[in-house]
Amino acid sequence: MGRFVARRIASMLFVMFAVSVLTFLIFNVIPNGDPAVRMAGKQPTESQIEEIREEWGFDESIPEQYVVTMRKLFTGDMISYFTQLDVVDEIIKGIPRTFSLAVGAALIWMAFGVGLGLYTAMRAGKLSDTFLTVLALIGISMPVFWVGALMNHYLGFKLGLFPNGGYVEFAENPLDWAYHLILPWTALSILFIGVYSRVLRSNVLDTINEDYVRTARAKGLSERRVLFKHVLRNSLIPVVTLWGLDFAVVIGGGAILTETVFGLQGVGQYAADAIGQLDVPPILAVTMFGAFFVVFVNAIVDIGYAALDPRIRLESDSAS
Amino acid sequence: MAARDQVATAEAGTDLSLDVPPELTGQKGKGTSGASPWRLAGRRLKRNKTALAFGVLFLLLVGVCLAAPIYSDKIANRTATDQPASDETVTDNGEEILVVGLDGIPIGPTYEKEYFLGADSSGRDVAVRLLYGGRNSLLIGSLAALGTIILGIVLGLLSGYFRGWVDGVISRIMDVIWSFPVILIGIALGTALALGGLDFGKFSFGLIPITVQGDSLAIPIMIIAVVYVPYLARPIRGQVLALREKEFIEAARAQGMSSFRIMFGEILPNVVTTLIVFFPLLIANAILLEAALSFLGAGVRAPNPSWGTMINDGVDRIVTAPTLAIVPGAMLVLTVLALNVFGDGVRDALDPRAKVRIDH
Repeated sequence: MGRFVARRIASMLFVMFAVSVLTFLIFNVIPNGDPAVRMAGKQPTESQIEEIREEWGFDESIPEQYVVTMRKLFTGDMISYFTQLDVVDEIIKGIPRTFSLAVGAALIWMAFGVGLGLYTAMRAGKLSDTFLTVLALIGISMPVFWVGALMNHYLGFKLGLFPNGGYVEFAENPLDWAYHLILPWTALSILFIGVYSRVLRSNVLDTINEDYVRTARAKGLSERRVLFKHVLRNSLIPVVTLWGLDFAVVIGGGAILTETVFGLQGVGQYAADAIGQLDVPPILAVTMFGAFFVVFVNAIVDIGYAALDPRIRLESDSAS
Repeated sequence: MAARDQVATAEAGTDLSLDVPPELTGQKGKGTSGASPWRLAGRRLKRNKTALAFGVLFLLLVGVCLAAPIYSDKIANRTATDQPASDETVTDNGEEILVVGLDGIPIGPTYEKEYFLGADSSGRDVAVRLLYGGRNSLLIGSLAALGTIILGIVLGLLSGYFRGWVDGVISRIMDVIWSFPVILIGIALGTALALGGLDFGKFSFGLIPITVQGDSLAIPIMIIAVVYVPYLARPIRGQVLALREKEFIEAARAQGMSSFRIMFGEILPNVVTTLIVFFPLLIANAILLEAALSFLGAGVRAPNPSWGTMINDGVDRIVTAPTLAIVPGAMLVLTVLALNVFGDGVRDALDPRAKVRIDH
């Protein structure tokens, strides 16, 4: 186990390094034109560009530029040339909001996804299954920013059932916090409910024909017990893995559209707001930290699985 | 196996029992003896009426969008970017109304030749923009999906066939792209390339003297194609790893066939099913990603329309003119839904066990 953890962490660090190199290349090397001009945002002055070129070392070799960029990121010395604010500070400010959005939505989509998946699997082939399966497909086909904007307009603004955007801190008033987040949670969950219910449905239908399920039935266990103790537990494994990874992706920037539509001012919206100004530093930082977070959670999930299931660490030992 | 067929039946909503050869069921006619897997798959798909109906719906939507120039020339008399004079009026229910009111609120749907679906805040005809925007969205979606397929084939074949360091390098690159949330790497590339575009000459030592401008449609196409490559290259690689150990590959090698010919002539035909299963679903996801990027301002550039940019315009005016957001969104959902249902049908017909997962 110790060896597995050490190797998994080493590979995580390697991927993080590669992620940082790729991010650097995307912003500073791949595009055509002067990186200093790009960094400066819309309508920069000559002296600003000159200053940025000096500061970021754009006259130096590419490896040196990479080192400067990383140093600026990790010492919190990177500013947006549009707002003049420190990029890392702004990201930290957004984290509680993004986290609040992700946690609630993840719980909702897991609960509804599993419930819907189980129900449709039990009713496979019947009319209710067809209806709900089509509904799940519609959920997968709708862009979250469109659904969110319509929900915000009709349920929030027109009917006044929910607050029209905005965010209240959890510490200030937990009820108000949840009340302000219900619409964003729902909008963000719709897609995942569609995905999870489809995955779970097909897993349940696979598991239900396994020999051990037949054995459980033959033993005379109640249908309920067979379903929850034998079928569901095994069908859930891939869904739980998916859940960990999707949660990481949503926090690492995947919620950017939901945040923007509902004006939550989270990490994602910080990057989204920078796009219009072509303000590169915030986007660079959010992209890199978002991917770091995803890589980190991936490693944690793998290690967690290896701890629970020895087959996984043995497999990877023999594979390499 | 019977139980598995039932599963597939339930998913596809069709009756698979017709695949059982007639000599076993005792039925006459409809001889299936000697039918190729392709023909069987085609037959299964043909029986899946829902999937076929949505496939036809998708083709209809494509046809309507392709007819955009005819509509704008012959019926609406406006291009997608034409802006009317501030005092221009249009007939709505027999009344003359300003295209964009004095309060800045554009005219709503007239359901007549001109401004059938109303105007946007700049007074541009929404129906015309909807069709031209659809052309852009569909063009970007299908070319990006095609790009993903080509890159996925090449990278998957190379790493699965050669293994060793080639596989090591390609797989690590795929891991790294995979680590980025799709939308984030999309906006990162979108903003980085917006200003100066992309100069291929720089990376090919001047061999490919092509410079792509920052506002070109090719930029979102390339971005989306690259972002989805790992989702295809990985399953292809896995299949190639298994296929290369098969006897017919050994035979090909013994005959002295070149690696290139083995990869593209012998192995590729055996992974085509996967490509076909992925293609409609890739287009659906590519269209959604294009819309998301354009919505955030990192995809198609104004004033060029796409469903994403139109939703973006519409959301800004949702309080005064909600149709501006509803209409392009509805078209988008219809298109993506049609592709998803059809894609599911194709998967059920070709390879019901295929695990297709594409992130959003």
